[in-house]
Amino acid sequence: MRGRWLLILAALLLAGAIVVTRTVDNRYVYFAGYGILQYVVLATAWNILGGYTGYVNFGTGGFFALGVYTSVFLIRAVKAPLPVQIVAAGLVAGLLGLGIGYLTLRLRGTFFSISTLALAVVLETIMVNWEYVGGARGTSVIRPAPMVPFDNYPSFLFVVMTLLALGAVATAWLIEHSKIGRGFAAIRDNEEAAECMGVPTLRLKLLATTVSGALMGVAGAPFPYYLTFVDPVSTFNLSYAVNSLAMPMVGGTTSWLGPVIGAILLGTVQQLATVTISSELNLLLVGLVLVAFVVLAPEGILGLVRRLARRGPA
Amino acid sequence: MAEPLLRVDGVVKRFGGFQALGGVSLEVREGERFGLIGPNGSGKTTLISCISGTLRNDGGRIFFRGRDITRMPAHQRTREGIARTFQIPRPFGSMSVVENLRITLEYAARDRAAPDGLAEAMDILRMVGLDAKAGVVSSRLTQIEMRKLELARAMAAKPALLISDEAMAGLSSSEVDDLLAILFRLNEAGTTVIMIEHIMRAVMRFSERIAVLDAGEKIAEGPPAMIVSDKAVERAYLGE
Repeated sequence: MRGRWLLILAALLLAGAIVVTRTVDNRYVYFAGYGILQYVVLATAWNILGGYTGYVNFGTGGFFALGVYTSVFLIRAVKAPLPVQIVAAGLVAGLLGLGIGYLTLRLRGTFFSISTLALAVVLETIMVNWEYVGGARGTSVIRPAPMVPFDNYPSFLFVVMTLLALGAVATAWLIEHSKIGRGFAAIRDNEEAAECMGVPTLRLKLLATTVSGALMGVAGAPFPYYLTFVDPVSTFNLSYAVNSLAMPMVGGTTSWLGPVIGAILLGTVQQLATVTISSELNLLLVGLVLVAFVVLAPEGILGLVRRLARRGPA
Repeated sequence: MAEPLLRVDGVVKRFGGFQALGGVSLEVREGERFGLIGPNGSGKTTLISCISGTLRNDGGRIFFRGRDITRMPAHQRTREGIARTFQIPRPFGSMSVVENLRITLEYAARDRAAPDGLAEAMDILRMVGLDAKAGVVSSRLTQIEMRKLELARAMAAKPALLISDEAMAGLSSSEVDDLLAILFRLNEAGTTVIMIEHIMRAVMRFSERIAVLDAGEKIAEGPPAMIVSDKAVERAYLGE
């Protein structure tokens, strides 16, 4: 079975990540690796709604930040451990996802997208004015001691994010290869026809927005310990929305593999650009790549490969 | 008198200030072949959208097998046994032809279909003459093939009531005959059929009973022979 091979591959990747933490001493590797893996989660989460059902979410930053602030709140209030933060962030952001799911009752296409953007702005305004979680000035977070066998916290977070990325991709894979995934595709292709062919479109859309939102929140949960400083500017950053949309587009939106390819590719390019050129330039880079793909390869890298494969043997 | 399969009772539908249906009532009996005709814009498609649930009627009620389905969502109605085709084909464009049918088999006919619907899907495709195209991505089909796919996809729901919305427009006369033969066969197997059609030859030959809509009102109803000689119908189609 293909599923079993992928499971073995996932186990190997996780083992690889742990081995890296035992051998590589350069902390920047974990810092950058975490950033890329975080985008694997975000891009995969975005794609479950945007790629599979066709509802474009511009509010990724909002869901991500909601996860971040759920963690901040729990750290402040009860010093909750990281696993609790992750689960809670998933629940809170999932609930918000369910909320935007109901918007799809009335809003389609561009109007839905605009409302998700507006939602992120509203959330940001709330956080800016909520002093308990740092308000506009932001707040510092003190990391706990790293868990055995890890000797520093970034390497531990790197493994945690690897686990989350694998979980997100597995979720997408399971959806894609199920009746639910086929229902999603029917909604994307033609929602009214899907409904008339017996697909419970509202229920499936609610499922998509909830799962997608929850995963985005999960991606944000370890963020306070990652940077040890949280403020609205860095968490509600537009780059999360742009990237998590651009990555699936570049990789290919109809398959679980697309966002993974896109996140690794664009994530790496951005890390390199930040180090070698400037941290301002990397979003411009993403923009240019996105435009190029939309014009030249609207089905992303996967679509390009498929097209070449079809032409190749002939 | 036995309860009809479908009973439409005074259905009103407005779009803003425009009244598309002004209180239409009709009954379709189990196993019947029912024709629905009328000039363009007379409300035929609006009426079947209300019956299939993609539009909510503003007044009146709809009963299926004696049960009030007025507030039932469309996907539920399909599962209960009402399937429709779309006048302008709406295939699931990213999927192959057989995958299009799989959606319906999986979601609508889940209680009536075998767990692995592939054989059933191929049977239906063979019936409409699309079996050779089973693996083709449906957005690459010709218009005529898409119409056949519309019908095949609705058939995959294994409906008790099949509503065919101008499935034959643009088809050659031998293709019209082919589709008629398919619908006759379905009907013999027990499916009730409502046919909306502009091709008079087809709808007159097929229907046992015909209702005529004009400007959102039912102006006539009866067997084909009666409809062709009806003065009101003549006026609706040809003017005074």
